[in-house]
Amino acid sequence: MRHKGGFGDLLFGVANTLLMVGLMIVTLYPLLHIAFASVSDPATLMQYRGILLKPLGFTLEAYRRVLDNPMIMIGYRNTLFYVIVGTALNLVMTTLGAYALSRRNLLFKNVIMLMILFTMFFSGGLVPTFLLVGITLNMMDTPWALIVPAAISTYNLIIMRTAFEAVPVALEEAARIDGANDFQILWRVYLPVCLPTLAVMTLFYAVAHWNSFFSAMVYLRSRDLYPLQLVLREILITNSTDVMLTGISQTDAMPIGETIKYATIVVATLPILCVYPFLQRYFVKGVMIGAVKG
Amino acid sequence: MATQVAKRVNRGKRIVSHIGLGQMIAKDWKRNKYVYLMLLPVIIYYLVFHYGPMYGVIIAFQDYSITKGVWGSPWIGLENFQQFFSGFHFSRTVINTLAINVIDLLFGFPAPIVLALLINEIHLNPFKRLVQTITYMPHFVSVVVVVGILVDFLARDGVINNVLVVILGISPTAFLQQPEWFRWLFVGSGVWQHIGWGSIIYLAAISAIDPEQYEAAMLDGASRFQQIRHVTLPGIMPTIIILLILRVGNMMTVGYEKILLMYNPMTYETADVISTYVYRQGILQADYSFSAAVGLFNSVINFGLLIFANWFSRRVSETSLW
Repeated sequence: MRHKGGFGDLLFGVANTLLMVGLMIVTLYPLLHIAFASVSDPATLMQYRGILLKPLGFTLEAYRRVLDNPMIMIGYRNTLFYVIVGTALNLVMTTLGAYALSRRNLLFKNVIMLMILFTMFFSGGLVPTFLLVGITLNMMDTPWALIVPAAISTYNLIIMRTAFEAVPVALEEAARIDGANDFQILWRVYLPVCLPTLAVMTLFYAVAHWNSFFSAMVYLRSRDLYPLQLVLREILITNSTDVMLTGISQTDAMPIGETIKYATIVVATLPILCVYPFLQRYFVKGVMIGAVKG
Repeated sequence: MATQVAKRVNRGKRIVSHIGLGQMIAKDWKRNKYVYLMLLPVIIYYLVFHYGPMYGVIIAFQDYSITKGVWGSPWIGLENFQQFFSGFHFSRTVINTLAINVIDLLFGFPAPIVLALLINEIHLNPFKRLVQTITYMPHFVSVVVVVGILVDFLARDGVINNVLVVILGISPTAFLQQPEWFRWLFVGSGVWQHIGWGSIIYLAAISAIDPEQYEAAMLDGASRFQQIRHVTLPGIMPTIIILLILRVGNMMTVGYEKILLMYNPMTYETADVISTYVYRQGILQADYSFSAAVGLFNSVINFGLLIFANWFSRRVSETSLW
């Protein structure tokens, strides 16, 4: 239909396509560079100057060293724990809150909603939060400091509530006539109908836990509790691949250190990049309903 | 039909209001007791973890020490605030915070809007989906990895310098060690990471535009560019304005997470913002009262900006958050 325009429109279409291809290259290149470099031969990579279009040689040595590294394995294990337990708590709390706040006849709904929305725009700040969580609640250097204070994201709560509000009342009425209480209605009517939104919530929360480093940096002291991102920070930004270089001569250590960095990035990022495209259709919808109503 | 229903509901409300409040609560409780039971943990969470710190912020007016606690620490009025306003960090952090936000408002804010308009002009669906999938990707990469990539690419012997040396023949620059580059690198990498994700919300708004408007525009002989200007852009204007209000409400905030990873003492003069200063003073130096005061100053200014932006927008465009 809209292709009928003249030469100008055709030109616009071509320019737009080229621009989009350019954008995709700019987006992808850094990630591809890392993937290529991670399997490249360390010494050749050190010598190489310029843009990588394919791996230089092929070796999995860096991956072997990364997977042999106890700190990365500890980080992975801890991150999995934070992601699984944290996301489970997130889903329970968000679902309960969203269901309750989607009720049409709740007397104090507006007051409670206002109280929740206010926290999106005003907060006590970093230091009072730190003192509360770390000192008053005694969560310093415990896994709970990463999980409990992040139990609900208000933004996600609103998305979930909007999804629940869109469920036809008729579905629920049938269950209520059968004598179901609110917990049963939530479990048997709302959750099955809103499964796609629930999947998106799981993705959002899990990604947030997977990628979070700040609360770990603030609250954790024991290295045994470090999540992967904190280990990554040491390797990538404060530059310490030393631990993984035991038994290598000084001259070999530098180049291998470089490829280890790249392999670490791949190991820490690939799992998430493999998951999100499958949920893309749903999260676009999820953000949409949250956007239109929120 | 709809107005009739509304009238009936209104009449119902009036009848309800004749019943006492006590009776209403009793009836509501009977009907919704499980719902309140569900809400209980949620309300406790918000009270403890959001309203708790809002109460705790009173240490900004004290000479707080952990051993004495909030109850035992002496009150010192506005001394912490005065100390912040008279120190040299005040102007530096406020200027840096504003500078980064202005650059981001000029480039970071419009970028996803432009991308959404351009994606909307792709009529080949598989290509459209490919562009979307790929531009969403960096959003899922952690900030640690993004900064790790920056550190690696922008190093003296990194890819960027290698390419610049070959093409322009200039000597390599240690970008992350130079204050004049910091803000641009911060905003630029933010655009790289979030342009695709940010476009989702505008694409959603575009999909809600009535197709008849495009048909009418085409009958009038509008080119594609004119359609974007006169149909699509006005159609998503309310969304743009809402997000702009929220954005302006954050003009005095820059998240500390990415800056803490990206900056170093050499770039403090352009990179140190209010939130990173709070982090260093509060968490690293354990100067709790002072940093709580700085944080409170920041929160209050932000809240004021949000209210102002909302008021202004309601005046000018009739679109507002509340």
